[in-house]
Amino acid sequence: MAASDAALENAKSMSIIVTKGSLDWAYPPFILATTAAAMDVKTTMFFTFYGLPLLLKKLNLEFTALGNAAMKMPMMGMHMGLPNAASMIPGVDAACGKMMKNLMAKKGVASIEDLREAAIDMDVRMIACQMTMDLFEYSLDDMVDGPELGGAATYMEAATQSDINLFI
Amino acid sequence: MPDHMLDAKGLNCPLPILKAKKALKDVPEGEILEIQATDPGSVADFAAFCRQTGNELVASNQDGDIYNFSIKRVA
Repeated sequence: MAASDAALENAKSMSIIVTKGSLDWAYPPFILATTAAAMDVKTTMFFTFYGLPLLLKKLNLEFTALGNAAMKMPMMGMHMGLPNAASMIPGVDAACGKMMKNLMAKKGVASIEDLREAAIDMDVRMIACQMTMDLFEYSLDDMVDGPELGGAATYMEAATQSDINLFI
Repeated sequence: MPDHMLDAKGLNCPLPILKAKKALKDVPEGEILEIQATDPGSVADFAAFCRQTGNELVASNQDGDIYNFSIKRVA
């Protein structure tokens, strides 16, 4: 018992503000939250603005190459970017999203759905921003089981008690 | 044959760590979990994971494209 008491006292904690909901930006918060939980770090995720839809039951994550000069995909033995203008053509971003998902599956990268499920299984605390819920007209019924509702003060309380606070 | 085995081959970060954490739950204290992985990043990651969680990394070695780890469950 003494050992586990000591472990509890030494336990670290982390909070992450999740503000972006595109396929590429969804990865850092979920990778860090699940890994932290696996390393016995008590973790809180606060989903706000475009991060909030990451809690929706059915995810259809996409991303855009528009304005992302650093995005180069491995293709035919080299790395290729996409001209900004290409993103304007209907269907191009959706095709990019499909390509990225195929690439990820091929390389053994977890899906966001899997990482999210792992986070819930490992008791990562998830707070859905109430203001964003009102703004974009979502209800908890639209979301996976697990998140609680809260606002900035709920987040701040968690943040003041955390060793690590991230904004992604 | 080791008592506790985890095949994490073909999985990328952070899945080997997440699967190891889950597998360790079924390993009694003092016993060893053997892990096989192909992610080169898992070498540094399993060392960090063990330092942080208090479990003991008994062995970490490479055999061709396969990385072998032995983790003794302490915590």
